[in-house]
Amino acid sequence: MAEIIVVTSGKGGVGKTTTSASVAVGLARRGKRVVVIDFDVGLRNLDLIMGCERRVVYDFVNVIQGECTLKQALIKDKRLDNLFVLAASQTRDKDALTKEGVEGVLNGLKEMDFEYIVCDSPAGIEKGAFLAMYFADRAVVVVNPEVSSVRDSDRILGLLASKTRHAETGERVVAQHLLLTRYNPERVVRGDMMSIADVQEILGLDVLGVVPESDTVLAGSNAGTPVILDPASQAGQAYDDAVARLLGESVPMRFTDALKKGFLTRLFGG
Amino acid sequence: MGIFDFLKPRAPNSASLAKERLRIIVAQERAQRGAPDYLPTLRRELLEVLKKYVNVDPDAIQVKLSQEGGHELLELSVALPDKPGH
Repeated sequence: MAEIIVVTSGKGGVGKTTTSASVAVGLARRGKRVVVIDFDVGLRNLDLIMGCERRVVYDFVNVIQGECTLKQALIKDKRLDNLFVLAASQTRDKDALTKEGVEGVLNGLKEMDFEYIVCDSPAGIEKGAFLAMYFADRAVVVVNPEVSSVRDSDRILGLLASKTRHAETGERVVAQHLLLTRYNPERVVRGDMMSIADVQEILGLDVLGVVPESDTVLAGSNAGTPVILDPASQAGQAYDDAVARLLGESVPMRFTDALKKGFLTRLFGG
Repeated sequence: MGIFDFLKPRAPNSASLAKERLRIIVAQERAQRGAPDYLPTLRRELLEVLKKYVNVDPDAIQVKLSQEGGHELLELSVALPDKPGH
């Protein structure tokens, strides 16, 4: 039975697509059969982050509108045999996605024996974001330790608790996880960035993972290689830890403490 | 913390400021969650009616919807100005 995971945030630019790509790769690298879907109709970008932008022939909306089969639209990852990408359409028609259409595609993917369906949500709380979360079993809410991101995440948590299929049927609740990205322990120590504990306390949820701010994230997107595939990257390793926790493993947090300063630095200030 | 840190100008801790502001606004928005959409309009229209009689501030009306023992309670509170009249 496939599990549907939505990666969402409300606010834009916090790292949803980076997270979707790395979580999908992380799950696939652990042997799971994974498909990752870009729900950002009109602003397709997951293909670039995954490095398959030149192999997009058919997209999500083509499948919904019956212009191709689901199998034709799935792009197989070049690095991992059990990982597939479904690209967003570049159409400007915002009604291209429908609840029935999305449900049909998700059911089709379940029949193809996928174990994880990762839904990369667009920013905002409009139709695309609503449909990305509607059928989810789990939600990864990506949040930066910054006021607008935290506030928007709280809005999204409210929507997850009321505007999803599970919430409407009342059968079960959508499991919610926080993923803190762009975390900078040095700035936290200096008192100009909220800490993990601060964000957990405000939102009332534990964090699934903490991804440190890192130049390697941009390098990864420049190259079309999800950062989790960079073994030297702390951000990549933090994503891998988060994927392990998603699968129920207990892994200690890393890269969340500021580097210890030397004696002279401490004496004279950094 | 260096021993000469007291010589530097002390900046206010902006992270704790962020946390405090968020705590308040998130609590307020959670309280409004699930409330009917007509509440802001109701508040605006009430204000217009009141203004015909007393000179009240735009933020003088508080509209709150809460649950009490299985009933929904709509609470309206109006802060009147010290001196009535126009």
